[in-house]
Amino acid sequence: MMGETVKIRVDDRELEVQRGTLLIEACRAAGIEVPSFCYYPGLSLQAACRMCLVEIEKAPKLQTACTVPVTEGMIVRSNTEQVTQARRSMLEFLLGNHPLDCPVCDKGGECELQDMVFRYGASESRYGEAKRHVEEQQWSPVVYFDAPRCILCYRCVRVCDEGMGVGALSVVNRGVHTEIAPNHGDHLECEECGMCIDICPVGALTSGAYRYKARPWEMQYTSTICTHCGDGCKTTLSVRNNKILRGNNRDRSGINGEFLCIKGRYAYDFVEHPSRLRQPLIRRGRELVETTWEEAIGTVAAKWSEILARRNKAANNTLAETSEKRSEGFGVIGSNHTTNEENYLLQKFARTVLQTNHVDHHRTADYAALIHALANESAEQPSQAQRPPLARSKDIVGASAILLVGNNPTEQHPLIAWNIREACRLNGARLYIIHSRRIPLLRQSHRFLPLGLGHEADALRHLCGEPEATQALLGETPSGDNVTADLLNDFRNRLQEEKDVIVVFGDEITGPDVSLLIRMGSRLSGQTRYIALGDYSNSRGASDMGLLPHLLPGYRPVGDAAARAFFEDRWKSPIPATVGLSVDDMVAATLQGGMDALYVVGANPLKGRNPEDFCGKTFLVVQDLFLQETAQAADVVLPAASAYEKSGTVTNTCGELQRLRKAVGVLGTRTDLQIFASLAAAMGATLHPSQPEEALEEIRQMVPEYNIPLANVLAGGAEAVLNPNGFKPLAAPAETSGRVYSAQDTLFTSGTLGRFSNILNLVPERNIRKEPGPA
Amino acid sequence: MQFTPQLEDKLKKLMRNYPIKRSALIPMLLFAQDEQGFLSQETIAEIAGRLELTVPQVEETISYYSMLRKKPAGKYHLQVCTNISCLLRGGEELFEHARKKLRLAPGETTPDNLFSLEEVECIGACAWAPAIQVNYQFHHELTPERFDQLIRELERSRT
Ligand code: SF4
Ligand code: SF4
Ligand code: SF4
Ligand code: FES
Ligand code: FES
Repeated sequence: MMGETVKIRVDDRELEVQRGTLLIEACRAAGIEVPSFCYYPGLSLQAACRMCLVEIEKAPKLQTACTVPVTEGMIVRSNTEQVTQARRSMLEFLLGNHPLDCPVCDKGGECELQDMVFRYGASESRYGEAKRHVEEQQWSPVVYFDAPRCILCYRCVRVCDEGMGVGALSVVNRGVHTEIAPNHGDHLECEECGMCIDICPVGALTSGAYRYKARPWEMQYTSTICTHCGDGCKTTLSVRNNKILRGNNRDRSGINGEFLCIKGRYAYDFVEHPSRLRQPLIRRGRELVETTWEEAIGTVAAKWSEILARRNKAANNTLAETSEKRSEGFGVIGSNHTTNEENYLLQKFARTVLQTNHVDHHRTADYAALIHALANESAEQPSQAQRPPLARSKDIVGASAILLVGNNPTEQHPLIAWNIREACRLNGARLYIIHSRRIPLLRQSHRFLPLGLGHEADALRHLCGEPEATQALLGETPSGDNVTADLLNDFRNRLQEEKDVIVVFGDEITGPDVSLLIRMGSRLSGQTRYIALGDYSNSRGASDMGLLPHLLPGYRPVGDAAARAFFEDRWKSPIPATVGLSVDDMVAATLQGGMDALYVVGANPLKGRNPEDFCGKTFLVVQDLFLQETAQAADVVLPAASAYEKSGTVTNTCGELQRLRKAVGVLGTRTDLQIFASLAAAMGATLHPSQPEEALEEIRQMVPEYNIPLANVLAGGAEAVLNPNGFKPLAAPAETSGRVYSAQDTLFTSGTLGRFSNILNLVPERNIRKEPGPA
Repeated sequence: MQFTPQLEDKLKKLMRNYPIKRSALIPMLLFAQDEQGFLSQETIAEIAGRLELTVPQVEETISYYSMLRKKPAGKYHLQVCTNISCLLRGGEELFEHARKKLRLAPGETTPDNLFSLEEVECIGACAWAPAIQVNYQFHHELTPERFDQLIRELERSRT
């Protein structure tokens, strides 16, 4: 996609580069070194540090390569005596007031200033005055500032303002007194993302979680996927002695580049929370007491086998059943955090060994409806099938328009929000928002269609040209906006003109409304792609892997004999044909005493309820990290390993498959996969495969969408699970059952897991920041 | 917050002069300061709001320019230049003299709120160094004696 190019000469090398490229980029692309501090790709130009000075022929003085765009015939020298001298002087100047406390500075060993001085000299100083000293300041639980180390590159100020859209940092005073200042005098009130800390080339901004704890060369680095929201950022965990000391992504690999929100960067601390379960628990009377893995697994297997035997007997003897109260048998509630392999095996375990379709998880986005609606759409309009209908998260940055329906990405999907801001800032993308609240992204928006909560579908009908829907939207909204016919038509007309739209939607759009959304999207004049926003790290994977009462892996309807036969053949076991119960139904049935056994893996369906009400109502087995409401009601509790303690794959909300790598281990816990295998073995059943790699292989064979090239995923990259050209319509429409709703997490909460992150509980914004209301 | 009608008038005219709102920041701050003597938190917040800036952005600007202040100054705000040209022609001595004479440290105001003193960088009057600026008035080629005379005149004109 090369536009017009120009020829330049740098140090006797001929380069051909796109017109308008910055000289510094042109040089770097060709492997010619131009040092810099303040230049930062993606942020506005600052030209503050003067490290990038080069000679340009015909220019009287040295020029900053970070601000000069290349022009035809430009002749540049980057290695002359004058340039070397300039670099040395700039460094001497920067060091004039620098404390040079590298031996105690957190940045030592990975400091850009240290590297530059090492490379370009300036080992002696002619500056004889006393250095100006300012005490270190704590701005928030995560951000500390050490002013004398600051080299005033303004990267922190720009990343907070432009990248984060927060603008919490500023530059005050001038000359030698210039300092970076937080937005509330002596402290920060912001998103606490830590972007400013990571982007700081020196040790001026340091992290509350990591400061004075370790040196970069004594740690091991494990890149894995953040276990919090559904965006699936890659976070590189720095580990020393089996302890995670920090999270960041400085190599900018992964779909998020260097972006991480507070959760990906700091909220790994739940791993070693004191209340973490480290031993199985078993109920003795009213008490849950510690026990061995052997006894726990043995007890569960024996009880389950007994229930199975009783049910099989009852099934063979229908007379007996009529006298007994009808029971639903086994219920299985899976997780939004466990790996694809675990989810796949859990539903396989449920459907084959436990002989039930009562399998579900907390559904936070209607992926099933989206996949289904898209399949129908492409069946109707084969031309559509040629285009990838689902957008990847980075696609947002390149789209010319984004339509956001509901959700509040700033709080719920920080990476999506970051990408949207980048699209608007760097590529002039136009953001259309349909929302019942005044969300922060309105600042970037091009058009806003305000409405009352629950009217999102009306807005879609309006966009499809249905006049009754237009009527329903007119008038004043609860947010105080006046919706006129002009506003509505203008919104529709503008959107209609867009050629490349990515539609991003939250739980406001579920079920049949998803089909409506796709219908609206297919009426737009150009390409339309979609992103459904679901809450947790593997919500999408839980859906894809068939942790659903009505769908087998890959959204194959459980009621469809052919679909069942395909899996039965492979699994060598019959699968029940009737659609199972949803989470809510299972919980309700339990309360009525209608479930023989309930198996809850990595979820807390009794959140906010009194565990007492459920004690003794069913044989409840809970496998989790903490003793939450559901576990408190359990008969057996099995301590599980978290995402940072195992390998496998997860699929983010955009459908990108990524790899988890084990960073640390917690004594006493086992991975969910290991637990499934032990339970099956203790029941005398076989559950294959038992290794994550083999499980992924089976998934790839059984779920065609996952049959994608793996090299990239294994190397730590991401691959979209839906092969764009191989999109296959589903055989039959799927019945929907169960609710789809978001937990409405904020930046500082993470379902019930967030309760166990100290850092998330420490930041004051957790209480100050309220969800933007209608006002 | 409310500004006087005269100030409102000036601000409105200003806003019309600039296609990009934030460009009006410095003159707006100056006009407000001229009328109110200094820039209060309230004024800062009001101006930030009008120009669609954040408070920290306005604070950045104020802290950068020595002519903008967040504390009240005296009726006569004396700015003594000690930059190169003035320095060479006795600016430092003049500043020292002014400190003693008024019994003020830089940034302070006399108890009767008549004078405040500040050391400043070049005020563009190098050709007539050493120079000082009293509010918007320049005084050239000062000596300690001429300085004392100036102070006497200003004291007289207070009534
Ligand atoms: S932590 Fe994030 S939001 Fe807070 S000041 Fe730093 S960059 Fe800005
Ligand atoms: S604190 Fe760090 S990032 Fe910010 S201006 Fe100083 S050196 Fe640059
Ligand atoms: S945006 Fe989501 S995935 Fe990324 S770091 Fe934050 S919580 Fe984790
Ligand atoms: S990198 Fe060019 S001036 Fe800082
Ligand atoms: S140096 Fe004093 S006015 Fe220029």
